[in-house]
Amino acid sequence: MYWLKKNLPKIVVAPSFAVVLWFVYGFIGWTFYISLTKSKLLPNYEFWGIHQYVRLWQMPRWHIAVENLFIFTTLFIILCILIGVILSIFLDQKIRSEGVIKTIYLYPMALSFIVTGTAWKWILNPTMGIEKFAHQIGFENFQFDWLVTPGMSIYTIVIAGVWQSSGFIMAIFLAGLRSVDDEVIKAAKVDGASTFSIYTKIVLPMMRPVFMSAIVILVHLSIKSYDLVIALTAGGPGISSDMPAVFMTKMAFGRSEVGLASASAIMMFATVSAIIVPYLYSELRREQDAK
Amino acid sequence: MLNKKKVSRIFLFLVLGIFVFYYITPLYVMIVTSLKTMNEIREGNLFSLPNSINFESWKIAWSGRGEGTSDVFLKPYFFNSLKIAIPALIISTFLGALNGYALTKWKFKGANLIFLLFLFGTFIPYQAILLPMARTLGFLGISNSPFGLILVHTVYGLGFTTLFFRNYYVSISDEIIKAAKVDGAGFFKIFFKILLPVSLPILVVAVIFQFTQIWNDFLFGVTFSFGENAPLQVALNNMVLTSASVKYYNVDMAAAIMAALPTLIIYVLAGNYFIKGLTAGSVKG
Repeated sequence: MYWLKKNLPKIVVAPSFAVVLWFVYGFIGWTFYISLTKSKLLPNYEFWGIHQYVRLWQMPRWHIAVENLFIFTTLFIILCILIGVILSIFLDQKIRSEGVIKTIYLYPMALSFIVTGTAWKWILNPTMGIEKFAHQIGFENFQFDWLVTPGMSIYTIVIAGVWQSSGFIMAIFLAGLRSVDDEVIKAAKVDGASTFSIYTKIVLPMMRPVFMSAIVILVHLSIKSYDLVIALTAGGPGISSDMPAVFMTKMAFGRSEVGLASASAIMMFATVSAIIVPYLYSELRREQDAK
Repeated sequence: MLNKKKVSRIFLFLVLGIFVFYYITPLYVMIVTSLKTMNEIREGNLFSLPNSINFESWKIAWSGRGEGTSDVFLKPYFFNSLKIAIPALIISTFLGALNGYALTKWKFKGANLIFLLFLFGTFIPYQAILLPMARTLGFLGISNSPFGLILVHTVYGLGFTTLFFRNYYVSISDEIIKAAKVDGAGFFKIFFKILLPVSLPILVVAVIFQFTQIWNDFLFGVTFSFGENAPLQVALNNMVLTSASVKYYNVDMAAAIMAALPTLIIYVLAGNYFIKGLTAGSVKG
């Protein structure tokens, strides 16, 4: 009885912990092992070394996916942070209708990527969408067919992704701005600094941790992006807007290339880990230091 | 006379206004398109208003065109999603609360490491677990059933719910707990009588977060279910991607709004909790 009482907290956590160990870490281990085998349609447990990784990096399709991820991530981060910083600073200027404006900026976060993709697919529709509107108001030569143009369709994913996530980045920055001590700003004003230089020279540099968080969130979102690609372009035209997440599921469930798909999944996992592990480490250090 | 201050104030509102316009336009386009007839869509443009308010496409998106047509419509899938989301969010929230409590108020050796492993688990790209999960669900005989998706969402929601409650309980004073322990109150008594009654704010955050995650999920739904067992987002995607010769943009937009409505309503009613969940769910620590 005493033993039970003493160990009750551990017993309560144990099932969840076992589940996480098995379904997260065990599964990643399994995927990693399969990536080192010849598995095709079914898992084959015979060791085959790093051949799947060699095959992966020799595939032009994987290179397209990685390049697209690079383009998407870069633009997604720059645009979201730019919009987030500008809007949060502007909203921080004692705007009376702040609540309403914030609600409007943030509602896209409540929508799924499938809904977002569906809406933007219609807006960017090359014959019925924006293009038609431009024609009707007099710009008859206006052309906007990125959605069906190889090499351009990846940018439509950027447009929709930024629309969905930038409001959230704004909210994170706004929370960061609100935590900056008002005294600092007042003191700088007394010294005659302009509002612009107060923000660029004093406030924004103080918000380095917020920038870090925002970048980590955005990189993480972009590596995982799957739904939005499927709903907007389905990786097309052809495979021109493929991304690693789409590549992985296509290989695993469409092409019966289980080994190759696992190798690509491990590449994604490794990339995320390379960003998250140092980030978590520094966050925990900060938490420790704060104590 | 316009002074400098006034000019910069006008500029400020101009920029804020442009972005209001940017964020609201897609919603506006979705709503007006869903209320138009196909003729109006062909003749007008994205932004033109419908001649009359017409809910016909909403009816079709929800319950189809009637007997004998093979169109996908949302009604059955809407209930599929509810059947998956409600049990999964109840189980994962309850377990998350217990975990958060045990990990903070009954600190044992290794508690921090366990938390770290939970935390890291919330970041993994799900592609790294899809294949073994598909095999496990097959082995358990629950692939392509609501039970399979309930399991998946519970398992991968646990990290988030544990994180929410852990961070909330850390800030609750240990003194009260200590006093209760001295009085002889046990593990569960303290949880149900002392902590749970003050947990309402974080409970709301966790429930909203989990509901939104599960409701908006597409990857798990499309991988582990098909046909009539699919959740709503998968059905919406199938509906829009249909290869039928005539595309009904009005029906597509009505369907998209319907799929978004539950989470939008929650956002409008409980925006603060909604944002808190998102922030805590991605900015850990």
